[in-house]
Amino acid sequence: MSGSLKLKTGLAEMLKGGVIMDVINAEQAVIAEKSGAVAVMALERVPADIRASGGVARMADPKIIKDIMKSVSIPVMAKVRIGHIAEAQILQALGVDYIDESEVLTPADDFHHIEKSDFKVPFVCGARDLGEALRRVEEGAALIRTKGEAGTGNIVEAVKHMRAMNEQLKALDKLKPAGLAKIAKEYRVSLDLVKQVASSGQLPVPNFAAGGIAIPADAALMMGLGAQAVFVGSGIFKSADPAKRASAIVKATTFYDDADMLAKLSEDLGAPMTGINMDDLSDSELLQNRGR
Amino acid sequence: MAAKQTIGILALQGDTSLHSRALAKLRVSAKLIKKPGDFNNLDGLIIPGGESTTLFYLAESFDLLSTISEFAKNGGRVFGTCAGAILLAKKVINPHQRSLSLIDIEIKRNAYGRQLDSFESIGEGKKPLPAKLNMTFIRAPRIKSTGPDVNILAVHKNEPVLVQQNKILCATFHPELSAELDIYHYWLSA
Repeated sequence: MSGSLKLKTGLAEMLKGGVIMDVINAEQAVIAEKSGAVAVMALERVPADIRASGGVARMADPKIIKDIMKSVSIPVMAKVRIGHIAEAQILQALGVDYIDESEVLTPADDFHHIEKSDFKVPFVCGARDLGEALRRVEEGAALIRTKGEAGTGNIVEAVKHMRAMNEQLKALDKLKPAGLAKIAKEYRVSLDLVKQVASSGQLPVPNFAAGGIAIPADAALMMGLGAQAVFVGSGIFKSADPAKRASAIVKATTFYDDADMLAKLSEDLGAPMTGINMDDLSDSELLQNRGR
Repeated sequence: MAAKQTIGILALQGDTSLHSRALAKLRVSAKLIKKPGDFNNLDGLIIPGGESTTLFYLAESFDLLSTISEFAKNGGRVFGTCAGAILLAKKVINPHQRSLSLIDIEIKRNAYGRQLDSFESIGEGKKPLPAKLNMTFIRAPRIKSTGPDVNILAVHKNEPVLVQQNKILCATFHPELSAELDIYHYWLSA
């Protein structure tokens, strides 16, 4: 049974202006909720640890997900491997509120994403540009996020992806019908969808930021670039004082355009996660290249 | 409906843009509210859908709880949808959380279940609202009881889903998602 897109995007509308935090157990979920998170993302290891320890990263143990769902009253999301239909069916059976078909986990299918419109539970997917976003929307994603480069604490890739999306949306607006047909072919999506996006000037679903957000100013930067909410992965629970940092990032997301407030919120948060420079990662180590 | 009203939308978190869109359709000007100082010269305040725990946490952190209460007690109109209704209620359960207590209702959070239990339906409006109202319930709360001064304006399966006490209006569904402008119009004239 499939749910309507209105109900699926409806929940994303309610998350706008908020912060969704990665958590690996009920204790972290409670800290996230008390710090003002609008939702939590349940996973077995945060991206920084997946990166460090290697191996195949899969969906979290259902027991952990159930514990998290029992411990908080806010929505609970969980990640599945790209193309892993069975993991997604399991998460839907558990009753999670959103599924992230995520490049952070090891892909299960090199060619196909999950046909998300077959599911009643809504999905969020990562994208580096407009074409990727629209392919995911056509598969039934109800929410798009930048891929960024998860687990690095480095915002540069999320900025690149958000800017690419904004510029491509703007360029679409100027194209004549023949140009739109060419774009549809290039993006491998229907002309109807491209026309709809060109006339509205925006994605048909909400667009959040993810990948590399480590300090309040990172969240503010992404909101200023047009993100409607932010996901924070390793940035919170890999820092010295997770509760304090979580709260500061939540407040910075609300007051993203208020520099005096951001200055106060950024003060004395303890050490952030260390972070990785993009030059220190080879192409094969980039999570964002998974799933096109 | 008085001309040239300015309505504030509490913009700490939530679906503020959908409320802005609804007000624009009614040609009412909207202003995003984040701080106590933003309350000057407002004719009304909308508390949007969002996460009620986040909204309350931020409202408390930035000294907005007493500002909203004073605004309402001085006769300002306030409209809360879903999470907004939870903030305005006298008593909140599942789990218990603090609230503004500006309308005499008891409300239960996530009372239909999780996102998989979210649904669209048609409810019954009472006069002067239309008899049929489109309703979208997203992880919605349920009103478990209403006090003697609370007027029930719409029901869904015989349960109150739109209630009013003086100038305070609460919906457990999202009129902003289905663009039910009659509800806004009613509130702006109340």
